[in-house]
Amino acid sequence: MAGRPLPTSPARATARDRTPVRDGAPAPAGASGPATKKSLDRGPASPAGPSTRGGAATGRFRRRVRENLVAYLFLAAGVICFALFSWYPIVRGILLGFQQVTFAQPAEWVGLDNFRRLFDDPLFLTAWKNTGWFTLLALVFGFAAPFATAVVLNELRRGKAYLRMTVYLPVMLPSVVTMLLWRWFYDPGPGLFNNVLDVFHLPPQQWLESENLAMVSLVLVSTWANMGTTTLIYLAALGGIPGELYEAAELDGASIRRRLWHVTIPQMRFILMITLLLQVIGTMQVFVEPFVLTGGGPDDATVTVLLLLYRYAFVYNDFGLASAMSTLLFVVLGAFAGVYLRLTRSKG
Amino acid sequence: MDGMAGVSRRQLLGSATALALGLALTGCGGSSGSSSGVDEHGVVTISVNGMPAKTQPEDRKDFEDLVKQFEAAHPKIKIDAREGQMDPKTFAAKLAGGQLEDVYYVYFTDPAGLIQRRQGADITKYLKGVPYLDQIRPALQDVFKGPDGKIYGVPTGNYSLGLVYNRALFKKAGLDPDKPPTTWEEVRTAAQKISALGDGTVGYADYSKNNQGGWHLTSWIYSMGGDVATQQNGTWKAAFDSDAGRKALQALHDMRWTDKSMGTRQLLEIADVQKMMGSGKLGMYMAGPDNIPTIVKQFESKYDDYGLAALPGTATLGGGDGFMFNPKASPEKIKAGLQWIQWKYLNPDREEENVKKFSGLDVPIGLPQPNLFDGAAQAKNDAIHAKYANVPQANYQPFVDRSDDVAVKVEPPNAQQLYTVLDGVMQSVLTKEDADLDKLLADAAKRADSILATVK
Repeated sequence: MAGRPLPTSPARATARDRTPVRDGAPAPAGASGPATKKSLDRGPASPAGPSTRGGAATGRFRRRVRENLVAYLFLAAGVICFALFSWYPIVRGILLGFQQVTFAQPAEWVGLDNFRRLFDDPLFLTAWKNTGWFTLLALVFGFAAPFATAVVLNELRRGKAYLRMTVYLPVMLPSVVTMLLWRWFYDPGPGLFNNVLDVFHLPPQQWLESENLAMVSLVLVSTWANMGTTTLIYLAALGGIPGELYEAAELDGASIRRRLWHVTIPQMRFILMITLLLQVIGTMQVFVEPFVLTGGGPDDATVTVLLLLYRYAFVYNDFGLASAMSTLLFVVLGAFAGVYLRLTRSKG
Repeated sequence: MDGMAGVSRRQLLGSATALALGLALTGCGGSSGSSSGVDEHGVVTISVNGMPAKTQPEDRKDFEDLVKQFEAAHPKIKIDAREGQMDPKTFAAKLAGGQLEDVYYVYFTDPAGLIQRRQGADITKYLKGVPYLDQIRPALQDVFKGPDGKIYGVPTGNYSLGLVYNRALFKKAGLDPDKPPTTWEEVRTAAQKISALGDGTVGYADYSKNNQGGWHLTSWIYSMGGDVATQQNGTWKAAFDSDAGRKALQALHDMRWTDKSMGTRQLLEIADVQKMMGSGKLGMYMAGPDNIPTIVKQFESKYDDYGLAALPGTATLGGGDGFMFNPKASPEKIKAGLQWIQWKYLNPDREEENVKKFSGLDVPIGLPQPNLFDGAAQAKNDAIHAKYANVPQANYQPFVDRSDDVAVKVEPPNAQQLYTVLDGVMQSVLTKEDADLDKLLADAAKRADSILATVK
């Protein structure tokens, strides 16, 4: 599984938990505010209250600010950091897409020129097609494999901890090591895979050198390297399924397959949906695998959106073009992220 | 010299690139010091890069000593030395953030683009009177000349591609290591004999990834008497859909598929091939002289094991490196920077002292390289190098002997973009037995034309 799907769901959960507190705040401000909360703030000497002066709304607003000043200050640090290191760069990046930038002269506004040039590049479509193909393949391998592994691991009676660790091991390898390892696996001469094929008297394959196989080979690397994380998520979700459901199913004489179909999958529907989306978002940003293993070849068969973007920016030094490309990617991924948000919200 | 190492460095992997991508794309529009850089005592401070990393303590110490010597001899100049050379991943971010050095290192592939984007300062009027600069070969000076005829930098090193070969394997295969191939037919025969040794031995290997395939294919085409791009009536056009282009592809195709003397693993880049050579599994590959010390050092082999021949055919690709100036650098800084570059890198007066010191250390002296200067300055340098040579110069005689017959041609404009296109051609030939060579060339030429249309 090529995604990096872990961090989002917990973060989302806390955000959801926080919302009612914030929404609830105005209500107690007037009458029944908890005493402890007030005393925590700047002391009891704030009798501004809902008096007649200046209208009730502003009064209440001021009072709310004063009461929560410390909280706002703490919040401000986070907001400023986000604005500076996350939002500003995003906005700036989008603006760059409409400019010709050399960084030596003031940037020149060029309207949609960069986008037009993008569409003129014959590799542009290839890159999107390849990325789509990679994402699709990653779903076929990367979505099913961790789920199957998790279900099997969950059913095991012995050696569970050991196997769980084994499955997670590749995630801990630095990606450079992973790539070097797989280069040897794929080596058409003395490589591992061709040696294995040879044992079964099968012809050797050009794993990375054949246009048809190259992308599949990259997906395999990425699946192997990343499935540990997803497997752990599934294992956790499996652990959360109430045992009674299985007991009831077993009492009704349901086979393993039927239990999987009627209990496990429906119970995990939500988490499956989420990892699916996160995986799409993650795999569409594939870069390291093609960059290191194939450099986009053979014959552009593994040029991905991010690889092309990298070339625009750091080989051709054309940051306007690269930014236009990243804006497009941002829009596409944003759409997926929107669906993701909708889903997580409706679940709550 | 460093050109090839640079290309590989440039292709360095790492997930860090993704991070760098994000950071650089967000480059804040900081301002750079637009001051003259001169303090109240009239001392000008210039930042320069090219200082060796801490991982090379000896080279670094040497660099620092030279800075001290230079400052002692030029009391009005202070050098603020920084690590690193040209790194396209950080260049734009440094420029945007006002962190770009006043004097910065570049490879020959970069000046044209930098000049076009006005990311280098015009130094034409400061060149006069700086010793030896006027003796640099005109072809090399042209690399830093803009379409407006102005000069934007100074070359400090150059190389040309030849054929690095394994003398031991040559002997083993019954070939004379002192008479390496001089034609592509001879390369083909030699490669066949070497790969016939078996045990995973590869006769000839070439790159086909991360723009390095395109870089070498360009040299192949030059050697067949062709061109990659030509200028007609002021506009550039692709020129490789030609007899020379077809001959180059045919030769590669035949060695790869008919003779099977290029091994099975493709999509190689420089580090892969150097490893093959260093581990004694490769007969020949296209490379500049600077590859030999790299292989010897990295794989703990001996200089005696490797020979260098000129590239077969009539021409080869040459590249090199030099320095350019921050577009925001003040005239005082440019003047001081030129003095530093001349004193440190283009100085026949200091050459003997340098070479004497290096020959005692582990630095190879006496590798052949194309001349940097014309006339007296070059004669002086040559004599010094011959005197202190510490590598087997006889092994490189085949390269030197034919150097007059092999013209050195510089890289085409928009080189990196063209190399991306030619990478694809190289990949197809080396990975598809039934590749349609004519169609490959025609398709690539179409794409190259649209890239060249943007050259001004």
